[in-house]
Amino acid sequence: MIEVSHLYKSFEDKEVLHDINAVFENGKTNLIIGQSGSGKTVLLNNIVGLLDPTSGNIFYDHVDFCALSKRDKILLRRKMGMLFQSAALFDSMTVLENVMFPLNMFSTDTYIDREKRAKECIGRVNLSGAENKLPSEISGGMQKRAAIARAIALNPKYLFCDEPNSGLDPKTSIVIDELIHGITTELNITTIVNTHDMNSVMGIGDKIVFICEGRAEWQGTSADIMNSDNKRLNDFIFASDILRKYKEAEDEEAAKHHH
Amino acid sequence: MLTLKKSLTEIGRYVQLMGRTLSRPDRMRMFYKEYVKEMYQLGYNSIGIVLIISFFIGAVICLQIKLNIQSPWMPRMVTGYTTREIMLLEFSSSIMCLILAGKVGSNIASELGTMRITQQIDALDIMGVNSANYLILPKILGLMTIMPILVTLSVFSGMIGAYSTSFMGTTTISELTEGFRYSFNPWFFWCGMIKAVVYAFIISSVSSYKGYTVEGGSIEVGVSSTDAVVTSSVLILFADIFLTQILT
Repeated sequence: MIEVSHLYKSFEDKEVLHDINAVFENGKTNLIIGQSGSGKTVLLNNIVGLLDPTSGNIFYDHVDFCALSKRDKILLRRKMGMLFQSAALFDSMTVLENVMFPLNMFSTDTYIDREKRAKECIGRVNLSGAENKLPSEISGGMQKRAAIARAIALNPKYLFCDEPNSGLDPKTSIVIDELIHGITTELNITTIVNTHDMNSVMGIGDKIVFICEGRAEWQGTSADIMNSDNKRLNDFIFASDILRKYKEAEDEEAAKHHH
Repeated sequence: MLTLKKSLTEIGRYVQLMGRTLSRPDRMRMFYKEYVKEMYQLGYNSIGIVLIISFFIGAVICLQIKLNIQSPWMPRMVTGYTTREIMLLEFSSSIMCLILAGKVGSNIASELGTMRITQQIDALDIMGVNSANYLILPKILGLMTIMPILVTLSVFSGMIGAYSTSFMGTTTISELTEGFRYSFNPWFFWCGMIKAVVYAFIISSVSSYKGYTVEGGSIEVGVSSTDAVVTSSVLILFADIFLTQILT
């Protein structure tokens, strides 16, 4: 479980995050949603420690991350896996080498065992056969899958995904979403996904935090989101024609049943 | 005042980065692998350019001395002697490092800058890897190991270049050999080696700093690459004055 408590973040005079409070639960796919520029990437970067909060606390299973020493932060980070927006695979390494990298760095297993584990992870994300390809030789969706394999190689307790579907077609996006959701349930880990993709919200959002202008405007589940009366949230989710029509149809249906 | 504050901030950030870089690697086997790779990429791949430039500069120095300085009042071995001293004390150790600052410095800065903007460095940090140590230390130690070898090759290549002028009839092999051997002070060779190691540190650490701290996109990577070359070159020239004063 990850808990964010009274988190503020400013860049010089500009306040980007204002008093964020949220709990991201274990074994669930927790989504941070919001418009571009709303502060969700800054929030995620604060949670993983790439940025330091101006004030507030971040608790990993009740351990205050901000109060940890540099050494302890590094040790905690070894329990984290992250999928970046750009996949961030190492250019000079093959898919197999990328997935083996964290194992080579931190595992004391033999080479054969490390390679076996890396191949297992590659198989889990359905990338078998692409082990010896360089990131530049595979598609964007395959790069994301390879990055997920790398992120889960060390059996993390926490998985973070920053805009996992950006730049992907809808079909591939669903594959990536299902993969993230499946891994979260299988490994019983705390997953936080940063997204503005409504398909992801409806498909895998066990717990959703809506960020608007740096504030946690709404929190709930994908079941609650369609019936919320929060205007800013409704403006965001029903910006899409398809969802608006879906909502109108659903409301009409409900009205008929009522009569 | 603002420039001074900015410069001091830069120096402070550079020192902090070096503090993170110059520590014991997380995994020695990964470090050795990267160390050998960097020696190959930064050093072995520079051998060609070092040999070619040194060969022609050696030949030209020899010709210039023969044509402009040599006179009937001077012993014939002066050409070889002067060529050797110039190559050993200044060209191979300092000017060659200046040239390599262009090739190696831009290579390091653009590689690390690209890794920074594509979040590859963030990925290392999230894994709990000391990214500065993992990426920069092998570059610094790799270049510091290979640079003395490049400087030695440059000296020999320059001497071969000087010998090649004998085919043009301006000097003879025996005159040059006599000059190369005359009053040789082995300490001058070690001066060249010390300079090479110091310059290798300057080139690799400054270029790594410029690349590692890039913020923005591809334009900023280009700017950092140019900054790396300019800053390394200026620092090498400053260091040259002090080292020459101290060592000779």
